[in-house]
Amino acid sequence: MMSQSDSRPAIEFRNVSYRLPGSEGRTLLHDLTLEIQRGETLILLGRSGSGKTTTLKLINHLLAPSGGELLVDNRATRDWDVIRLRRMIGYVIQETGLFPHFTVERNIALVPRIENWPAHRITERVDELLQLVGLDREIATRYPRELSGGQRQRVGVARALAADPPILLMDEPFGALDPITRAELRREFLDLQQRLRKTVVFVTHDLREALSLGTRIALMEAGRLVTVQTPAEFLTSTEPLTVSYKDACGTDF
Amino acid sequence: MNLYQFMLHNHTEVLELTLEHLWLVGISTLLAVLIGIPLGILITRWPVLNKPVLGGANIIQTIPSLALFGFLLPAPWIGERADRIAILALTLYALLPLIRNTYVGIKGVDRSVIEAGRGMGLTDRQLLFQVELPLALGVIIAGVRVATVISVGLATIAAAIGAGGLGEYIFRGLAMVNNQVILAGAIPAAVMALLADISLGWLEKRLSPH
Repeated sequence: MMSQSDSRPAIEFRNVSYRLPGSEGRTLLHDLTLEIQRGETLILLGRSGSGKTTTLKLINHLLAPSGGELLVDNRATRDWDVIRLRRMIGYVIQETGLFPHFTVERNIALVPRIENWPAHRITERVDELLQLVGLDREIATRYPRELSGGQRQRVGVARALAADPPILLMDEPFGALDPITRAELRREFLDLQQRLRKTVVFVTHDLREALSLGTRIALMEAGRLVTVQTPAEFLTSTEPLTVSYKDACGTDF
Repeated sequence: MNLYQFMLHNHTEVLELTLEHLWLVGISTLLAVLIGIPLGILITRWPVLNKPVLGGANIIQTIPSLALFGFLLPAPWIGERADRIAILALTLYALLPLIRNTYVGIKGVDRSVIEAGRGMGLTDRQLLFQVELPLALGVIIAGVRVATVISVGLATIAAAIGAGGLGEYIFRGLAMVNNQVILAGAIPAAVMALLADISLGWLEKRLSPH
């Protein structure tokens, strides 16, 4: 577990690159250097294919860096026991990845269960999490297919938070939802983050989402990090890609 | 003497041959499940083995059944008893649908579900037993169903090498040019295939994730 007194960044990319396997493998990420501080919400913003998801998957070692070094909690991801690493990192993806053959309750309890928590503690934790993400206790026994898109996404967040991981990775978690549910979940996320203070890395291509949720915004393009700015800096920035991003999304910010 | 009278008159023999038939099919299917499902899982883990394993099982399927029974006659230990030969041959035939369906079933599990499971720190074994196999179960049972139905039909040929089963009546009837005797073997075999198909079909439906 992470010690709170440690002032080093939670996640540190040092000249990290990622190339697809094979001799002719395309390079998806070039020389990324980036520090992600404890308790911040770092947004990875960029269009499809800019390397956002690749960056995210390097953190929980679903992908291994081809070059450079990536430190999580001051230790290189390749030196971590990968199972331990992943269990201290919550993971939420767009398609939710909920297990269709498990009830909501079992989905949420997945990590506590494999970590052998006592049964009463698991039940308590599930109740607590359902409440935290604003879901009714009675949906605990339902299956994912019986839920709405918004509910499924909330369950996805609850599941990622189950074992109270210090880091949360979110890959376009609200991407597949209608605009109203989306706005609702964003508000809830902000509220949640204010209470929990997790280190969050959040992938999106939605500028509005980036500006409202991010502590800092990392703008990516074609596998390269272009700039890292706070939302306020982003709004006044004259950096060309930032400007073109703002232009493309309208100016009503 | 009509078919009904024939079966009534010989009911102990009909029952005996039916049980023999069930035994041949049951044991061979069980063996095929015990070998085929692990092999199917194995080739999802080591894609290099995919082609040789599926190719091998495919080639076995192309050998005419009567010839396969014949090939196995000189085999040591196996060749000593007709029922061993029959069980081995039926097992080999049942392998392809089992290996293939296990493989296809696991590969067919939604990528995002696998990715989420891996990302949350499930070990390969946990992923297999808690996620992949339960979600592939419907497809795997469908493989068992196909294998069983094929087996019931093929097992009639086992009588040609003296392994017993309902094929006895079919071969006897052919030799006597007596349709009644042929049907006394063919009808119970058909009923058996139908029952296996219906019950395993029901199980497949029940165990498929929705």
